[in-house]
Amino acid sequence: MEEQVKQIEKNALEELKNCAELKSLEETRVKYLGKKGELTALLKQMGSLSKEERPVIGSLVNKVRDELEEIISSKESELKKLEIAKKLESEKIDVTLPSTKARRGSKHPLNRVIEEVEDLFVSMGYDVISGPELETDEYCFERLNLPKGHPARDMQDSFYITTEYLLRTQTSAVQARAMMANKEKSPIRVIVPGKTYRREDDATHSHQFNQVEGLVIDKDITFADLKGTLEVFMKHMLGEDTKLRFRPSYFPFTEPSYEVDVSCFKCGGKGCNLCKHTGWIELLGSGMVHPNVLKMNGYDPEKYTGFAFGTGLDRLAMFKYGITDMRLLYANDVRFLSQFDRMDK
Amino acid sequence: MKLSTNFLKDYLDIDINSKEDVHRLAEDMTKVGNEYDSEGMLIEATNLVIGEVLECEMHPDSDHLHVCKVNTGKENTQIVCGAPNVRKGLKVIVALPGAKLPGGEIKKSVIRGQESNGMLCSIAELGLESKFLKEEDKAGIHELDKDAPVGGDPIEYMHMKDGVIDFELTANRGDLLSILGMAYEVGAIYDKKVKPIDLTHKESGKLDFKLNIATDNCTLFLAKKVENVKIHESTPEMKEKLMASGIRPINNVVDISNYVMLETGQPLHFYDADKLKGMLEVRMAEAGEKLTTLDKQERTLGVDDIVISDGKRAIGLAGVMGGYDTEITENTKNIIIESAIFDSVKIRRTSNKILRSEASNRFEKGLDPNRTYMAIERSCNLLEKYADATVVGGMEVYDKTNKEDKKIDITAKDINSLLGSNIPEKEIIDIFERLGFKVEKKNDSIKAKDKEASSNEKTSTDTLTVYVPTRRLDISIKEDLIEEVGRIYGVDMIQGRLKEMPIKKGSYDRTAREIRNKMINLGMNETLTYSLVNEKEANMFTMKDKGVIKILAPLTEERNALRQSLITSLLKTYEYNVSRDNKDICLFEIAKAFYIEKDEYKEENRLACLMTGEYYLGLNTKPVDFYIIKGVCEELLDYLGYGGRYSFVADKEKLPEEMHPGKSAIISVNGETVGLIGRVTPELCKEEVYVMEISLDKLLSKKVGKMKYKELSKFPVVKKDIAVLVNKDVPAQELLKTIKNNGGKLLQESKVFDLYEGKGIPEGKKSIAFSVTLGDANKTLTDEEVNKVMEKVIAGLQSKHGAELRK
Repeated sequence: MEEQVKQIEKNALEELKNCAELKSLEETRVKYLGKKGELTALLKQMGSLSKEERPVIGSLVNKVRDELEEIISSKESELKKLEIAKKLESEKIDVTLPSTKARRGSKHPLNRVIEEVEDLFVSMGYDVISGPELETDEYCFERLNLPKGHPARDMQDSFYITTEYLLRTQTSAVQARAMMANKEKSPIRVIVPGKTYRREDDATHSHQFNQVEGLVIDKDITFADLKGTLEVFMKHMLGEDTKLRFRPSYFPFTEPSYEVDVSCFKCGGKGCNLCKHTGWIELLGSGMVHPNVLKMNGYDPEKYTGFAFGTGLDRLAMFKYGITDMRLLYANDVRFLSQFDRMDK
Repeated sequence: MKLSTNFLKDYLDIDINSKEDVHRLAEDMTKVGNEYDSEGMLIEATNLVIGEVLECEMHPDSDHLHVCKVNTGKENTQIVCGAPNVRKGLKVIVALPGAKLPGGEIKKSVIRGQESNGMLCSIAELGLESKFLKEEDKAGIHELDKDAPVGGDPIEYMHMKDGVIDFELTANRGDLLSILGMAYEVGAIYDKKVKPIDLTHKESGKLDFKLNIATDNCTLFLAKKVENVKIHESTPEMKEKLMASGIRPINNVVDISNYVMLETGQPLHFYDADKLKGMLEVRMAEAGEKLTTLDKQERTLGVDDIVISDGKRAIGLAGVMGGYDTEITENTKNIIIESAIFDSVKIRRTSNKILRSEASNRFEKGLDPNRTYMAIERSCNLLEKYADATVVGGMEVYDKTNKEDKKIDITAKDINSLLGSNIPEKEIIDIFERLGFKVEKKNDSIKAKDKEASSNEKTSTDTLTVYVPTRRLDISIKEDLIEEVGRIYGVDMIQGRLKEMPIKKGSYDRTAREIRNKMINLGMNETLTYSLVNEKEANMFTMKDKGVIKILAPLTEERNALRQSLITSLLKTYEYNVSRDNKDICLFEIAKAFYIEKDEYKEENRLACLMTGEYYLGLNTKPVDFYIIKGVCEELLDYLGYGGRYSFVADKEKLPEEMHPGKSAIISVNGETVGLIGRVTPELCKEEVYVMEISLDKLLSKKVGKMKYKELSKFPVVKKDIAVLVNKDVPAQELLKTIKNNGGKLLQESKVFDLYEGKGIPEGKKSIAFSVTLGDANKTLTDEEVNKVMEKVIAGLQSKHGAELRK
């Protein structure tokens, strides 16, 4: 009988070794360990054994059964894993197919620049304010020391609606509004980004464009403060290596007045097409607020001084992103717009 | 203003000889505020030499070329020349190999087998502006005089060696439209004194001539007479200075009037005295009055134009151009000289309307009355010298001007505290003196000893009285003087600083930015379009009958009005993109719309959005329809905090005709219309184009509460689904409202989850299914409670909408 057990063990191990599926494993289990299995059958024959033989064979059969059960169990979990892997393998997809998603939006480069300028000045304690685009002659010109008939009005031919109303030619109009709105006549620190309009249209001038205006009024404000502020502004926008050149100039609402050139960031000042081989690019107008402007808008020029500056945001955006044709900013070709669709440091 | 450096040197001792010198002057002028457009030499050509043609033979292989042997001073060399006038013995301008001419660089070459070591030049080839070229300059090479020194510099020989800087001057510096003004300015930079102008001349006889100034628009009028002028060509020097200044030489007399204008900035006018009726009158033109100007154009004048008349007829357009009838001709003998000042604004309006001239440009900027006198005397000096004129004694004068220097008091402290600089008083006084301003220091109470010390102080409060000459019309207040000090001292010398100011939080309107970012996150491309459109477009997509705002003087008819809706611009942008084969266009913009309401001009901040094509991309695309753009709208309104306060109302009456009446709606928040949404009518766009526009001013005026945490319920909610049959035209929004009204406190949410029409549903009806969520924050609901609510909801739907519950 011992022989028999050994033979069964041998056969079973052999068969188990060849089991490659859960189904055949179960069949093998039933064949040997099932109710009618070969090993079970042997146990049933134990009664016919002698008293001495019985414990020996009994323990042998149990040992073989335990052994087989263990093998079957481990084999089973192994086969189950294989089966799951096979199933998952059959569910495989092509991960390189296109994703499903909503369209991707983009922020217009001009507004990107406006936001950048706003963030910088807000960090320096400036308030961002706005004013009407349909402005009165009074605020656009007269309160800025540009009385009717002033030759400088020629510099900015305007879109008039009536003799009194016009589309503002400069964000400076909001300077007068900020001063008039300040009832306490207390210090002012503001910037005004916004649309402006002039009666000209060619390759380098759009009849509609964008400016940002800055105005600071306080006690003891000097030209040196203007210079320091614009240095921070331009270095932030165009790079730390940017140099500034202040050229005395003329604007009716400031005295002294300065035009500000920045060193050409394309050639580094050596001279190229962008800077017309001068090394400099004219970018801002600025100056100390004219005493007449302070007076006309309720500030005492004996007590307060101030500075103001303004620059074209369209050009700033063009420089920042290397846009060569200004008309692209207003054409709104989706292929152009979609390029401005990501975070930009 | 084109500045001839030769001309400048007449009044200033200054070393400007080379191209480099000219460049340096231009840069130094820029630093003090006088920008230039271009700079260089009048003749830029290099490597030129005077040569003599020793031999001149026909080229063996050409019917027009000549082979010349030319003495260039250093050697005899062979040059092939194609000019018809080349001949033996001629003195010529030779461009040697390496010469750079406007047409290119000259190289040694072989022309049809003959060696050629240079080029014989015409004036045109040297690069002189074509308006200055004479016929012979265009026909052949330039013929120098017999005595021209072989080997010498031909440019110098022809008196054409000159630097030219073309300045773009600021509107306030009319004084720089003169060589004298330039001399004062350059003199201030280099600390050089301006040389006096020669006004001397002899006079004989007595002027017998009448003036009648019949308008306030003339404040100064001077007239003198010269007799027996001889008209011929001007000297080469004078011609060169005129050309370098951009003015074409005509004859000695006409050239003198231009020359004096360039020198002094005061335009003059010369009348042929024998064509006048013995008097000059200044008056306003009559409406429709005719005048033929020097350029033979007949001009029609108006009551705002100032004219000069001889008592009978207009003979000149004051400050702009003289009349044709009385102009100087080759036969002119006697001349009346006019030197005057007219109202600058009137001249500007007239010249803008009729024509701009060198004269009007100067009148517009304002003139110095002292120069008016100087100019008339200077012209007598030159007419005597260069036209053999006899100057008649005396001058007719009408003068209402003030010719005193302006006095302005200032202190070193004033200057340094506005500039943020540390310029000592001594240096300030020096700067004023360099500018030609006299300075007087007031004697005040400070003791002599202290004064000594304080004069070097940047904070000196001693009063300096500055006498500003009348030529500087731009200076009238303290700040003007501060600018002068700053620019001559050097703006670069002043250190920038950031003033320590009270710490303050800067503020900005975050909402527009939040809206922009939300729209971008929803897949929209932000656009930037023009406010000006044509009148038809300006009237499109308007919700109510508001007035359109038109431009008085538009640039083009395409941009003659302000848009009342941004949709019109987005639609144009859409069409632009379609024509470029761009697809799936989703755009938005935040900008202003303009209109007239109750006779008032209004501008309103709006958000507009346009969507077409596929919204979801990939293999499972989904084209834009009403519900997608509505989703975008809801996303935005919910984000801004208006969740539960808005509705979409199909109100055909309110919608503009550009919208599809069945696929559009009014957007209403708290019962007020804030915008519109829907499909553009197929008559305008064949493709399905959906748009939306919201008045941000109206929307954002509705307050939104602060974001606050609500306690999460610990008890389960109950979800119930119901489906009802209702008439097809009952809006889902109305049914939801009824559910909400009947659901009471326990109703937490209700939404549509299914819609069915067609088979199995009676004609004219639809089946609509709702999912209703009920719950109580404090307890678990019993079946009884739930059923009670649902019964009430169903009863409400039945009574209000005739709904039939589907089982």
